[in-house]
Amino acid sequence: MKRRDALKGLITIPVVGAVFYGAYRKKHYEKKLKEAIHGGVDLELPVHPPVEVKDSKKIRLGFIGVGSRGSHLMRAAGFATPEYIDHLKEKASRNSNDKRLEDFLSQPDLNVEVTAICDVFDVHAEEALRASANIYREGTGGKFGKPAVRYKTYKELIASPDVDAVVIATPDHWHAPMAIEAALHGKHVYVEKPMTKTIDEVYQVREAVKKSGIVFQLGHQNRQTDSYNIARLAVEKGLLGKITLTEVTTNRNNPVGAWVYEIHPEASPKNIDWEQFIGNAPWHEFSLECFFRWRCWWDYSTGLNGDLLTHEYDAVNQILNVGVPSSAVCSGGIYFFKDGRTVPDVNHAVFEYHEKEMTVLYSATLANGRNRGKVFMGHDASMEVSEKLAIYAEYDSPKYKERIEKGIIDPSVPIYSYAPGKDRVDAVTSPTEKYFASRGLLYTYRGGKRFDTTFLHLSEWLQAIRGQGQVSCNVDRGFECTMAAHMATLSYHTGRRIYWDRDKEQVVAGEKVS
Amino acid sequence: MGLTSRQLTVLVLLRIAIGWHFLYEGLSKWLTPGWSSMGYLLDSKGMLENFFTWMASVPSLVRVVDLLNVYGLMAVGIGLITGFLCRPALLGGMMMLVLYYLSHPPLIETAYAIPSEGSYFLVNKNLIELLAMVVLYLFPTEREIGIDKFIFRKKI
Repeated sequence: MKRRDALKGLITIPVVGAVFYGAYRKKHYEKKLKEAIHGGVDLELPVHPPVEVKDSKKIRLGFIGVGSRGSHLMRAAGFATPEYIDHLKEKASRNSNDKRLEDFLSQPDLNVEVTAICDVFDVHAEEALRASANIYREGTGGKFGKPAVRYKTYKELIASPDVDAVVIATPDHWHAPMAIEAALHGKHVYVEKPMTKTIDEVYQVREAVKKSGIVFQLGHQNRQTDSYNIARLAVEKGLLGKITLTEVTTNRNNPVGAWVYEIHPEASPKNIDWEQFIGNAPWHEFSLECFFRWRCWWDYSTGLNGDLLTHEYDAVNQILNVGVPSSAVCSGGIYFFKDGRTVPDVNHAVFEYHEKEMTVLYSATLANGRNRGKVFMGHDASMEVSEKLAIYAEYDSPKYKERIEKGIIDPSVPIYSYAPGKDRVDAVTSPTEKYFASRGLLYTYRGGKRFDTTFLHLSEWLQAIRGQGQVSCNVDRGFECTMAAHMATLSYHTGRRIYWDRDKEQVVAGEKVS
Repeated sequence: MGLTSRQLTVLVLLRIAIGWHFLYEGLSKWLTPGWSSMGYLLDSKGMLENFFTWMASVPSLVRVVDLLNVYGLMAVGIGLITGFLCRPALLGGMMMLVLYYLSHPPLIETAYAIPSEGSYFLVNKNLIELLAMVVLYLFPTEREIGIDKFIFRKKI
């Protein structure tokens, strides 16, 4: 072959080098840009130890209240009814993308057994007994273990020597009496929010838990959400500057979201222990509506403030360490659901923090679903937090001024962004990623496995009982968010601004505001 | 083969341009930490939507698709630019383009998470690039300009 011919064969090879060089330059540019945007401050993802139970001793659980939330908690502990497994099997066979069965079956074993059940509705209690025996996680016709014992009253369940710890998921007015009773018997407590129905009970639960030394976890599973932990880190690193306003919201627009739950077709006075349901609440004739939709009435419920503000408030507390507010004002009304309910369906609370010099605003409606999100507003940046997180520089921020002027930072593009399943908190994301993330398409699966936050929250409590680690929503955190919610509700009822005397730890009614 | 030198030059330029595109696509994925095809698969529409979204739901399969994309794109790109094993590279590249096309066909009723930079109905850039590769397959240039010249040299 002639030399000229050989050259023709090789002549295009340098082009490969040009492409590699181009890619290297682009990468280098992106890296430098990211460093310039972040100014040397990186947000790291929290490191989670794997969920692994090394203790060979089983923790014996008693479940009090096994309706919809209680049965979810049982499933988080690893116990589902065989009918539920059948249901998931059928769903999975119809739709291969339905991974709920696979997720449930691969959920790590927490080494617990359910030894006791208490519910005032026979149908729910019997379902829970079947779930407690379903230790092999099989469907109907499968192999079962020994079912739990059903107790007619919560007192008998708590007193049982076969119970080490209780999970309470009853109507709000029962939370405190049950938690206190359990603490008195030295039984560990996981209780759903709100921690109590009344202000007095907030002190009583805290005292009982502290005296007994039990492990207490309040059911704010948001504590397990990565984006919230990253948000806390962002605030600690001063990325937002002085935060003076935080806005949190509830936006729902369907009957279930407004607590109009289905009434069980088999329910009747014959299979509901009505007197026990009423407990310390004012007497009311038997009512299926009150029983299944108890969240709609003040007699059993704490309304939007207790049910949904507490979640939002605890998230703010998790991120900003706000504690109990200096004052609360609340207003709203029953504007849409004219179904005889007494709790408002539109409800707004304004909390002030004199020491921190900031306001937390909670705004809720049950008649519109527009997602208004959770926004932390600092002098230097705003932070939007949900499952995802995005931090935007403020146009007039002194901190970012120079970088904005130089065109390094664009205030309309997040300087930090995070979505579940991503292995880093990034500044420069590709347009592709941005589109996917905004449509919620990316990261539906986390490395093929997605954990339920309720499972993680329950598991953290069980590990703490075993002496490994701490719970993230202990009774002090519970005290703070529950007190804040009750202050708002008191303001709603009295039309007064409600103050918190930090030294005396007392609620003080102030001036009339409405 | 009877190509004029001008025809040969233009065809080689076309081959290099397509190779450049493949190689750069592969390299940018390779250089993006945590890049995954999952989002693209989940965004699939049209007749094979179920197949592609099913692939996205199996983590091990997503891993295989990721590796095939990154290294496949780079290998095809290098093959086309240098004319090294050019025919298998063309076939591999065409296969990939067929899959990209079928996973995101531009139909009347389809809308994708990544909006396209132009307007397409049935014919999009994937299809045109695919047809250009068919041309390169039918009018081979790599044995004139390319490493294949040395591999498939006619014995004299």
